Amino acid sequence: MNYYMKEIETAPRHELEALQSFRLAQKIRYIYDRVEPYRKKMDEAGISPDDIKSVKDLSKLPFTTKQDLRDSYPYGMFAVPMSEVVRIHASSGTTGKQTVVGYTQKDIDIWAECAARSLVGLGGDKNDYVHVAYGYGLFTGGLGMHYGAEKLGAVTIPASAGNSMRQLEMFRDFGSSIVCMTPSYAISLIEFARENGFKKEDFNLKAAVCGAEPWSEEMRREIEDGFGLKAYDIYGLSEIIGPSVSCECVEQCGMHVCEDHFIPEIIDPDTFEVLPAGQQGELVFSCITKEALPLMRYRTRDIATLIYDKCKCGRTLVRMKKPQGRTDDMLIIRGVNVFPSQIEAALLSFDNKATNYLLVVDRADNLDTLEVQIETPAQIVGSIADLQAYEKKAKAAIDSAIGVGVSIKLKEPKSLNRSMGKAVRVVDNRKIKNKFEG
Amino acid sequence: MLQQISVFVENKAGRLCAIVEALNEVRINIRAMNIADTVDYGIVRLVVNDTEKAVATLKEKSFTAKVFDVIAFTIPDKFGALHEVIKVLCENNINIEYSYSLMGKNQSEAGIVIYIKDSEKTAEAGRVLKEAGVNLITPEDVA
Repeated sequence: MNYYMKEIETAPRHELEALQSFRLAQKIRYIYDRVEPYRKKMDEAGISPDDIKSVKDLSKLPFTTKQDLRDSYPYGMFAVPMSEVVRIHASSGTTGKQTVVGYTQKDIDIWAECAARSLVGLGGDKNDYVHVAYGYGLFTGGLGMHYGAEKLGAVTIPASAGNSMRQLEMFRDFGSSIVCMTPSYAISLIEFARENGFKKEDFNLKAAVCGAEPWSEEMRREIEDGFGLKAYDIYGLSEIIGPSVSCECVEQCGMHVCEDHFIPEIIDPDTFEVLPAGQQGELVFSCITKEALPLMRYRTRDIATLIYDKCKCGRTLVRMKKPQGRTDDMLIIRGVNVFPSQIEAALLSFDNKATNYLLVVDRADNLDTLEVQIETPAQIVGSIADLQAYEKKAKAAIDSAIGVGVSIKLKEPKSLNRSMGKAVRVVDNRKIKNKFEG
Repeated sequence: MLQQISVFVENKAGRLCAIVEALNEVRINIRAMNIADTVDYGIVRLVVNDTEKAVATLKEKSFTAKVFDVIAFTIPDKFGALHEVIKVLCENNINIEYSYSLMGKNQSEAGIVIYIKDSEKTAEAGRVLKEAGVNLITPEDVA
């Protein structure tokens, strides 16, 4: 079994906790001194940096949310002067504003180390050809895996996303052995390969690292059969660092968290209580090594479970089960974060406000689709032209608000579902199952 | 002024029936009907004997119903009769958005409803048609 940093990855729990405690105590002092919003939060909660001596004290700290980042947009939560920042990434905005994250050189190194660990965990080494087909840019996917592959010493192929014919030719001609891409793109590439006469024997692929969107065990099998490789789940979010906060090992039984950098907790999203190991709840991360944006108890809104049992691979690092939903109503449509509230705001942004709507998400030809059903406002029921103009207006407003193309369906009043007087806003027909649902 | 009720309906079986049934229950007499359709939805346009009651009934049944002023007139069933009327509107630069038929007052004549988008133009149409001696249908005629 290969490890990238064996001592850390297979450390006994008490040693790992001692390291976490040491780093946490240091980092709390660091952010208290450097980050105004944190100092205020801690003062308000009556917590002094001296109160945080070990991981057991973590639960005393206030939470950080995406709203905190929005309130301090763009750089207000940064703990270093901008002269120390060497990179910026951003995630899709929810209120028009993106969430901006920054990295010092050390942060970039930490990230590359985590990504290298992920690649080794799933069987990679310096002899591999790591083909990065995530998008390069503000999105963390591309550059995150890129630096990890280089750190590992693998041949790094910065293919970025798109152009399926070129991707497959590169697989074949460059000898790509590990490919990083979204699961839905993997599926569409398999279809494209079939239609264009490629066979899996044409490729030398052994592993696919799939993340950035939810996917099912069925999709895993389809990707594995289609390309003749093993497909691994990877998790990350820009607020914490990017992809490789956690990643599956060859055992494919949960994603090992880089716990020496990010301490995970599972909380009850209603009571905020920390839940015991094995219970499902909202995933929260604290960054204990990062310099530019060391967020504490950041609420990911992802629902997950932590498993502390030792893995067959020998790693002691805690495993997280694939996120099993969200505590907020965020949808991921074609990799873009979409909140129903954005659509609601768009519908209220022009004349003839519609207040009842239903979002129907589906997947056609492996592409997510979003249909916005709207209970037709009475004012526009004069002519077909008015109705069509309204549809057009609604589509334009929503498309530009969420950055994803939608289709509009006008419905009769009170035809949309309501349960217990509260409107059901989202129907997700994508049927993304995961193995932990039993 | 004669009024028409426009009702939004999804384009699926049973929706028109639901409208007509609702009006039947309260003994509303439908004097004219027209359906404008698209793939997903349509607008059912109705002229009835009691507009107010019909609208209240439809709203109670959760339909989106809106009332519009329309012009309606009768013409004799003979060559050139329609032209006589339309010509008047044309000469006054009045544009008809859509039109459909309704019952005439007797068998030898036809009733026609026209909708003109602008309310001032609608009033003007009523005036010029009356001046031209066209036989206009009033709410009392359909009641």
